[in-house]
Amino acid sequence: MGYDLMLSAMRYASPTTVAEAVDLLGSDPAARVYAGATDLIPQIRAGRPEPTVMVDLKRIDRLCAIGSNGSTYTVGAAAPTADICGHDGLAADFPGLVEASGLIGSDQIQSRSSWGGNLANASPAADTPPSLIVNDARAVIAGPGGERTVAAADVATGPGQTSLGPGEIIVEFELDQPPARTADAYLRLIPRTEMDIAVVGAAARITLDGDGNVAAAAIALGAVAPTVVRVPDAEAALIGNLPSGEVLGAVEAAAAAATNPIDDKRGTVAYRRQVAGVLARRAVSIAAERAAQQGDQS
Amino acid sequence: MTVTESKPSYKYVGTRPVRHDGLEKVTGRARFAADLNMSGQLHGIVVRSPHAHARIVSIDTSDAEAMDGVKAVITGDDFPAVDPSHRQYDMCINVIARDKVLYEGHAVAAVAASTRDQAQAAAAAVKVEYEVLPAVLTIDQAMAPGAPLLHAHMMTAGANPPAEEPSNISNVTRFSGGELDAGFAEADLVIEREFTTQPVHQGYIEPHACVADTGQDGHTTIWCSSQGHFNVRSSTATLLGWENSRIRVIPAEIGGGFGGKTTIYLEPLAVALSAKAGRPVKMVMTRDEVFRATGPAPGTKLRIKLGVKSDGDLVAGDAYLIYTNGAYAGPGGLLGAMTVFESYKIPNFEIEALDVVINTARSAAYRAPAAPLTAYAMETMLDEIAEELGIDPIDFRIQNAVTEGDPSTMGFPFARIGFVECLEAVRDHPNYKAPLGPNQGRGVAAGYWFNIGESSSATVNLNEDGTATVVTGSPDIGGSRASMALMAAEELGIDVYDIRPVVGDTEAVGFTDVTEGSRATFATGMAVVEACRRMVVELRGRAAKMMGVDVDDIDWMDGQAVYTGSDGEKAPLSVAEITAKAKRTGGPLTATGSLEAHGAGPGFAVHLCDLEVDPETGVVRVVRYTASQDAGTAIHPSYVEGQIQGGVAQGVGWALNEEYIYDSDGVMENPSFLDYRVPVASDLPMIDAIIVEVPNPAHPYGVRGVGETGIVPPIPAVANAIYDATGCRIRDLPMSPIRVLDAITSNGGSNGS
Repeated sequence: MGYDLMLSAMRYASPTTVAEAVDLLGSDPAARVYAGATDLIPQIRAGRPEPTVMVDLKRIDRLCAIGSNGSTYTVGAAAPTADICGHDGLAADFPGLVEASGLIGSDQIQSRSSWGGNLANASPAADTPPSLIVNDARAVIAGPGGERTVAAADVATGPGQTSLGPGEIIVEFELDQPPARTADAYLRLIPRTEMDIAVVGAAARITLDGDGNVAAAAIALGAVAPTVVRVPDAEAALIGNLPSGEVLGAVEAAAAAATNPIDDKRGTVAYRRQVAGVLARRAVSIAAERAAQQGDQS
Repeated sequence: MTVTESKPSYKYVGTRPVRHDGLEKVTGRARFAADLNMSGQLHGIVVRSPHAHARIVSIDTSDAEAMDGVKAVITGDDFPAVDPSHRQYDMCINVIARDKVLYEGHAVAAVAASTRDQAQAAAAAVKVEYEVLPAVLTIDQAMAPGAPLLHAHMMTAGANPPAEEPSNISNVTRFSGGELDAGFAEADLVIEREFTTQPVHQGYIEPHACVADTGQDGHTTIWCSSQGHFNVRSSTATLLGWENSRIRVIPAEIGGGFGGKTTIYLEPLAVALSAKAGRPVKMVMTRDEVFRATGPAPGTKLRIKLGVKSDGDLVAGDAYLIYTNGAYAGPGGLLGAMTVFESYKIPNFEIEALDVVINTARSAAYRAPAAPLTAYAMETMLDEIAEELGIDPIDFRIQNAVTEGDPSTMGFPFARIGFVECLEAVRDHPNYKAPLGPNQGRGVAAGYWFNIGESSSATVNLNEDGTATVVTGSPDIGGSRASMALMAAEELGIDVYDIRPVVGDTEAVGFTDVTEGSRATFATGMAVVEACRRMVVELRGRAAKMMGVDVDDIDWMDGQAVYTGSDGEKAPLSVAEITAKAKRTGGPLTATGSLEAHGAGPGFAVHLCDLEVDPETGVVRVVRYTASQDAGTAIHPSYVEGQIQGGVAQGVGWALNEEYIYDSDGVMENPSFLDYRVPVASDLPMIDAIIVEVPNPAHPYGVRGVGETGIVPPIPAVANAIYDATGCRIRDLPMSPIRVLDAITSNGGSNGS
């Protein structure tokens, strides 16, 4: 049994431009990029083959920047979640996404962890992807063929699998300023209060019309399928209705039905299904309440 | 908060000085076992079995030996053969497997190389051929007819009639009193319940680690973290077939033990590697190895039947307890039998306890071993009975609680104990009547641990400047150095900060047993007091010489020799004044105390848990926790409170989330703190500790050990609170969200769709 990190053969590279990073990756298929390395190092410790080169993305300014042009936020793929949580604009416009970002690991991990790493690691239980997805985040991807932009929902394709091609990295995320009376929420179930991995995660974004009915809804679930699951039936049940009573019951039932979970050491199929419904319903309620408060303020 | 009987007033005992080892620890300077590095040291890595049960067909070390940097490779063949009749056979074949591996992670070989990477590569190159055997992973599998045997020689000890065939049942323990059938016939209410619990790990933060350096003279020095370095010495000597005197063990600071460091794993391997390579060898376990290969607490199946009269008097108890101690015979069943009925007056009882072996790591002690599980069963059943009879659960316990003079399960009468006082302290605490919110519940439970005495030694050396060094042989796992200094300060009359309490190595202080059984402040404290009292006799003699008077006319008062004779006034002499003249009055001032301590006062605790259950997810959050415990006399109240709070934290983790998860082949699936869920700080509220002080008559300051009892009541306190919140009795551990939600759903609770 080999348990320890064997750093002896590995090399370290710290490119300062996206082009340099792409070149490094293109020249060596066994190179691995990392932002915080909060997933990569435990994986190597657990016996995953060592990369030949560890490519540190944190020295590339663009990958750590957080900015906005007034209508769209641009968040570097390697920006520490601690910075994201401390960003007033993001916290006001995407409270659920920011909450999800703040749930990753501990304070120490927060200074390293990032949206790009969280998404590209492609763990079904990752906390930020459901929230990125309900907010229609786009990932800007750079590679040997230049840059392309895809929906964040299209990056992870299965546990540990992504649509990123050879030599491609996520550079940044784009998030459009949400419309009026819109808010999101994220809830996760862990047996402890922190330092744990989601047994179920649920993100919701709700837009209300002037009467308090749901004008737009997005619900996404984590840890209940190989990739994040959207719940169109629940979204449809909400549109045009007040987010309460029987409508919420329909959300819960649709969310439970949309899951395709596994039995493992962290949860059972039956438990994950039941709790996914509960968390989806609660996340919708919280998001709707937040959206309504925005309406009150405006 | 402290509830105290009248007791003498002390100057130092009962105060809260900053612990002497505190600053070094909070600034990161304290040296734990893995912090030591020696010039020329090699790194040792253990080769471990990937199978839960297998015969070792062959081990080929030739490839490993030929690899870069490799200086030594050892297997079981490098140690003397050991016969099953040997007293420490289990320990010997656990440290390194001989013909069979008995659990996943069992050590089969070890490698030492210049770097850790080289050692790991070489360990991976040791070729072990296994004949995989069917694994026995549960109590039911182990006891099934025709079950595969772990130990071909294992005949059940204590069986009556004697066992004729080997089995996986290592021991049977039976205790009884009164007439069981008559007792149940007298009862107005009889209930019988069954419980299951899973193994849990002690969860100490510091992994096992050591450095061994063996010289040309055949002597070795071991630096390691343990709860007892004299035990490390004797156990290592046993494995190697050496005399104890060839081994010196120097204790490092210890980063948590909780019972799990009362045995050894690495040290004999490090010594053997060091002897073979002629270099110091350092070995440090990873967390993964700690989980797979070191001491969990036992898992159990328990069945208890209780009979009670309608007025609330318990009249009969029948207990059938099965403990599994992993792959080896263990004391779990015996300790369960010794604790299950101990706290209550039950005139008619029978207890049968079995110890069963399965293909998992060998159990080690964990705070009040076995008692939290018997308490889980007993205290939840008492809760049920109290509710059925309409009696307040604390009043019901007070009615049945043992007090001074009552016989214990094994027949001896209890001395003065503080159980009733602990119950009253919680009943009278405002938290007992505090309002509860929606989905919240409150549970009360009691706990007992007998505590032990054993051998202890202490040396007090007065320094030239009048300060003192107190050397004991007890590794400090919970603040005991501060307690030693406080008792020495009280005896000598020296300021507590002028006393340096240290843990001496095996060649620097007299034999001292392991820090276990909550014995350090009790037993080693007695040795310190004995040494100090001898020192005071010596100081009086020296002062008499200096004053030129008869020693009988010298009293020792508040740190000074005071002349009480009639020959006029004489200035009192301080310790510093006496030590300054020591060369002229008889030489260095040193005194020792060594004893076999008896009369460890039993510890009782009563806990009150308030928690909130999310009825839709089964998640349980503890919102308020109140714990009383009889400390006899709290030498350092902060560390008594710390012991109580630590016991609660571990007990709550045990109740809610902790368990070993194995796959169907017996491979552990959660060997990390990510998936083996001990509580994190935010999982717990501040725990209100109530120190009850009913002095132990056998100790000069009335000390009762406090290290273990606090882990006994939390599991049933949590279970009773969950019942109060949900109406569900959960009789299987852990009470995880999945299990709680399942119970609520089956009980027709909300969200039952």
